Amino acid sequence: MNFSRVLAIVLRQSYLVRGSISRVLPLVSWVTIDMVLWGFTTRYLNSFTQFNFAAVFLGAMLLWDFLTRVMHGVTMAFLEDVWSRNFLNIFATPMSIAEYLAGLVLSSIATSSLALVVMLLVATLGFGLSFFQYGAILIPFFLVLFLCGIALGIVGTAIVLRLGPAAEWFIWPVPAMISPFVGVLYPLATLPTWMRALSYILPPSYGFEAMRAVVAGGRPSMQGLVFALILSFLYILLACWFFQRTYRVAVNTGLIPRYSAESVS
Amino acid sequence: MAVEDACTIGIMSANPTQPGQPVLSVQALRKSYGTIVAVDSISFTVGRNEIVGLLGPNGAGKTTTINMILGVLTPSAGSIEVEGVDLASHRAKALGCTNFAAVYAQLPGNLTVYQNLRFFGMIYDVKNLRERIEELLREFDLVRFRDTKAGVLSSGEQTRVSLAKAMLNRPHLLLLDEPTASLDPATARDIRTSIRQFTAKGEGGVLWTSHNMYEVQEVCDRVLFLSKGKILLEGDPKTLPEEHGKQTLEELFITVAREPLTLEMQS
Repeated sequence: MNFSRVLAIVLRQSYLVRGSISRVLPLVSWVTIDMVLWGFTTRYLNSFTQFNFAAVFLGAMLLWDFLTRVMHGVTMAFLEDVWSRNFLNIFATPMSIAEYLAGLVLSSIATSSLALVVMLLVATLGFGLSFFQYGAILIPFFLVLFLCGIALGIVGTAIVLRLGPAAEWFIWPVPAMISPFVGVLYPLATLPTWMRALSYILPPSYGFEAMRAVVAGGRPSMQGLVFALILSFLYILLACWFFQRTYRVAVNTGLIPRYSAESVS
Repeated sequence: MAVEDACTIGIMSANPTQPGQPVLSVQALRKSYGTIVAVDSISFTVGRNEIVGLLGPNGAGKTTTINMILGVLTPSAGSIEVEGVDLASHRAKALGCTNFAAVYAQLPGNLTVYQNLRFFGMIYDVKNLRERIEELLREFDLVRFRDTKAGVLSSGEQTRVSLAKAMLNRPHLLLLDEPTASLDPATARDIRTSIRQFTAKGEGGVLWTSHNMYEVQEVCDRVLFLSKGKILLEGDPKTLPEEHGKQTLEELFITVAREPLTLEMQS
C-alpha cells in the first residue's frame, strides 16, 4: 500500500472541509442538536426520580451519533468524487481500491473525531455526563461502534457506486434503519424474539448493552466484547469485498466513464 | 534519462525498457456488450517520441479504446502493455507511467489549481512534488491561477490545468482525448506546441484523438482510422489521403465515416 495515495484522499478532504462552511456545519451541528435535545429530555426525566437518565439516554445517543458520524465520514469523502464527477480521474490512476478505501477511512477518523469532541464537550459541560467515570472499559465498545460505522460506510459507498449518484439517498437513513434492532435506548430484552435474533448479529447491540451494564454498576460481558469485535472485523472484510466486487462490475460494464448516466436501474 | 521519476524507477526495476520497445502495445483488443461489439480485435503500438492519432467518426470505438488503456474498462479479450508492463496483471505499475487529459474529464472544480495538482501529484507519487507543480504552473501559464478554484476558470484555462495534471508524473504514455476541443485557435496552437515539446524532449509517446483534421495533420506522426470498432487505415497523415485518392485528410475522414466499405475493399 502506498501511503502517499492514502494521504492524498485525506488531504483533498481537508482542503474541502476547511474552505466550506456547508461541510463544517453538518459535522458538528446535528450532534450538538442531539446532545442538547437529549440533555434537556433526561434533565426533565431526572426531576421525577433518583435514577440518572442522562447516563443511559444521553450516553446512548452520544455513542449512536458517533457510529453515524463515522459512517457519514466515509460516505461524504466518497461522495465528493461523485459530486465533482471525478471518477474517471481517480480510477484511471495507479491508486488501488485498498488505498482508496483506506483514504476514505482516514478521512472519516478525522471528521468523526471532531464530532466526538464536540459531543463530549456539550454532554459533559452542559449536562454533567462524564464518560471518563466509567473508565477504560468503554473504549473497546467505542472501537466496535467505530468499526461498524466504517463497514456501513463502505457498504453505502458501494451501493452508490453501483446505482449512481441519486442512490445517495439510500445511504443516509441506514443508521436509523438498524437503530431499533441494536437497542440504542432500551435493553435487548425489550425486543420481541425475531428482532432480538437480528440484534445478536449486529455488533453495536453489544456496545449498548455494555454501556447500560456499566451505568447500572455492573461489568460488561467480555465474551460479548470479543464476539462483537470479531463480528465487526468480519463485517469490514465483507464490506471491502462488496466494494471490490461492485468496482469490478463497474469496470466490466463501463459504468465508471459514464457514471452520471445512472445506467443501472 | 533526463529526469528520474516514479514511472521510470518503477518500470526500470520491474521490467527494463528494451531499445525500440513501444511505450504502448495493444494486441487483439476487443470489447463487446452482449452482441454489440464496440472494439473488434484491434492491434497497434505507440512508439517512443511518437504522436499517434486515433481517428474515426462518433461511435467508432475511440473512447472505448482509451478507457480500456486507462484501466477503467475491462477488455473482453486482448492485451495492453505500457512500457512492456501488462495492464491487467500490473495495473498500478502500468498506470503509474500513464496519464491522460480528456475534454469530458475536468478536474474537481471545487479545488484550486494548486490543490488539484497536489492531490493528483500525491496519487501518482511524484517525487519533489512542490518543485514539479511550480514547473508545470509556469509551463502552462497557470501561475496567476494557482489559488483559483478550477471550476471558475474558462474552458481553455481548465484544459491547461488538465494538461498540467496529465504531465505531473512525466508519463511515458500520454492519452489525449480531444484535448483542444472548445479551445480558441491560439490556445489550441499553444497546447499542440506543448505536446510536441513533450514528445521531443522526453521519453513519452502520445495517443491523440481529435476531430480537427488540420490539427491531426500538423501534430501526428501516424494515424489510425477506426470505424465500427476496427482499424480501417493506418499511415502518415500527410501522405495517407493521396494514397487513397483523396485530396485532404478531412475528405478521407468523411469517406471512412460514410463509406467505410469502399476503403476496406481498397485495403
